[in-house]
Amino acid sequence: MQHTLVALVEDKPGVLNRVASLFRRRAYNIDSLTVGHTHQPGVSRMTIGVTGDDFQIERLTAYLYKLVNVIQVEDLSKVPSVNRDLAMVKVKANAENRTHIMQTVDVFRARIVDVTNDSFIVEVTGDEEKIEGLLDVLKPFGIIEMVRTGMVSMARGVNANPAFSSNGHHAQEIIN
Amino acid sequence: MNYTGAQIIWECLLREGVDVVFGYPGGANLPLYDALLDYPIRHVLPRHEQGGAHMADGYARASGKVGVSMGTSGPGATNLVTGIATAMMDSIPVVFITGQVVSKFIGYDAFQETDVTGITLPITKHNYLVTDAHELNHVIREAFYIARTGRPGPVLVDISKDAQQASIPWQYDDSPIRLPGYRPGQKPPGEDIERALEMLHAAKRPVILAGHGVQQSGAMKELLQFAEITQTPVALTLLGIGCFPASHRLNLGMMGMHGEAWVNHAIQEADLLLAMGMRFDDRVTGNLKTYAPNAKKIHFEIDLSEVNKNVKVDLTLTGDLRLNLRQLLSHLQNAPHLVDAPHLEPQERLDWLARIDEHRGDSAVRDILNLPDSGHLYAAHVVNDLWRATQGNALVVTDVGQHQMWTAQYYHFNSPNMWLTSGGLGTMGFGLPAGIGAKIARPENEVWVIAGDGGFQMTMSELTTAAQEKVKVNVAIMNNGYLGMVRQWQEFFYQKRYSATPMLSPDFVKIAEACGLTGLRVTRRADVIPAVRQAQETEGTVVIDFRVEQEDAVYPMVPAGADLHEMIRRPKPSVLVETAEDEF
Repeated sequence: MQHTLVALVEDKPGVLNRVASLFRRRAYNIDSLTVGHTHQPGVSRMTIGVTGDDFQIERLTAYLYKLVNVIQVEDLSKVPSVNRDLAMVKVKANAENRTHIMQTVDVFRARIVDVTNDSFIVEVTGDEEKIEGLLDVLKPFGIIEMVRTGMVSMARGVNANPAFSSNGHHAQEIIN
Repeated sequence: MNYTGAQIIWECLLREGVDVVFGYPGGANLPLYDALLDYPIRHVLPRHEQGGAHMADGYARASGKVGVSMGTSGPGATNLVTGIATAMMDSIPVVFITGQVVSKFIGYDAFQETDVTGITLPITKHNYLVTDAHELNHVIREAFYIARTGRPGPVLVDISKDAQQASIPWQYDDSPIRLPGYRPGQKPPGEDIERALEMLHAAKRPVILAGHGVQQSGAMKELLQFAEITQTPVALTLLGIGCFPASHRLNLGMMGMHGEAWVNHAIQEADLLLAMGMRFDDRVTGNLKTYAPNAKKIHFEIDLSEVNKNVKVDLTLTGDLRLNLRQLLSHLQNAPHLVDAPHLEPQERLDWLARIDEHRGDSAVRDILNLPDSGHLYAAHVVNDLWRATQGNALVVTDVGQHQMWTAQYYHFNSPNMWLTSGGLGTMGFGLPAGIGAKIARPENEVWVIAGDGGFQMTMSELTTAAQEKVKVNVAIMNNGYLGMVRQWQEFFYQKRYSATPMLSPDFVKIAEACGLTGLRVTRRADVIPAVRQAQETEGTVVIDFRVEQEDAVYPMVPAGADLHEMIRRPKPSVLVETAEDEF
């Protein structure tokens, strides 16, 4: 089963390497990995897509906690959450199919962010399913290039886990 | 006042209580070595950085303090790797300090540059790269703190040459350490203690599995009290040896691959295992599917990533073992002895101990100690004689292989921290350097290094270190002309096809003499104790070359991956004499 782990980590050199290396040496495969700043200085947030059964994910969480720079880990597949991926798709376009592509993009609530005589760049945000869906319908037009950010996730409502809490004081307290 | 980075390093080491370091100088740590001359810290120069790493490890194991080992960049750092991994697998607190090339050259494949923080990432508890002298103070403090707290382990600090050279205004900063993601110990919730007691009361055939964690948390006294009050027998892991007195009625001895048969049978028949500071290593469990099938399991463990890793347990008591045992003991205070605690059902406990004793009787006839003296010199006899001659009071450091298992079986340790061995990594070459480190930590102790002819040759260059440092360790080489443990596996599992295990050794007596030390050779049982006495009375390190039986095997043996109760046993004497005659 696909799990989405969110880890708050110290924003220090080498932390990404420590986490990635952990997956390799404990023989887990990373499906997707995104890293970025949070609203708290000194704290980065990783969203890690990983496949495994509950036992494997439990082990992985314990190993992550063993890393000195990892502050908090949560498995968001266990709680209601919002998952988003962003994709940019460069698709072939010509005078005949131009309108058709624009209509399709509209249906998916995606946006065209670059136009040339023979191509569009389509930007789409959504969960995995939506992006796959758009890619399927764009494919026949001819995809020139595609890039995805990888998934980011957030629990709905006020997170029960204090370090992630929306008012943000707790992680900062842990840091201080 | 201005200090150089190098001076700051030594200032910080002094404040961590460091009085000896084991290190090797080179281009990238020259500033550090230059500053060393102005500090009251003993420096021991090994003949190879691996030796220095094992010395710091042996020092840490023997002293309970954090060991310190140093090397230069590149090969200096990579030579430390085996020593770092050894310390990691056995949870030994050692701080490794390596020099790194000048920071502006990092990443340019400079002379003697290696990415040592990258290389050691998976074999350290944590590591640091410092390129700014301002960071040295808090990094070194964190390194020692992380190394010694929680489940201890090695920490490496890689310091660029320019950070050592930089001169900055500095005074010691001892403000609280801030490590938001580091949780060295978890406190046990009270209700788990009560559940543990309920499980203990319900058990008819409990066994305590005591590991290295008992000594690391200093819980020997608590373990003894707990075992006595609850009348629970104690089985030991390889690294747990010494944490419970060998001569105690409740001591079972070592468990696992080369554990005594009665110990493994007791574990397989148990209905409750109390695992204390041990991690269910594969050498301890054998086949996990059939391991202790009827037992409920309570795991006392400080490292949460060990819980349910190999063996699924029914209850976990996290945090410091000694604190947990104290809590359990305070609950048991109302019933200070078994006879006063009818709910512990003393008769059932006595039946259980009697049941284990039945297995002991069966083992005695196979015990090599009970074999008639056939003129062969058996390594197990040598170890047992050594135990008698030292009255069990020596600090014994082994290498890895058959001699290590025989020492675990036939040298009986009544007190903790007298037995040092590389368990998790199984590092050949560990013995001599670790013994030198141990002797430096505890000069008042008689130190014996027991090694095989193979492992000894891996690091025997450290004999010169012992000579230069005037460190007296006694070395007993169990010389059988083979890489004995590998040969044993080839004998059992590869139809005696001895591939690359016969080994030529130099004349160890002459090697010792060439280093300005004393060498002795023993070929007969009768000469064992006189040689030990002579070694004890001789000034300086003595090497004894014991020419032991060449094709002896360690029994019992649970083949890798087999069920714990499926042991290869030493043939009973009549059979053994026949095979011995056939083969020689």
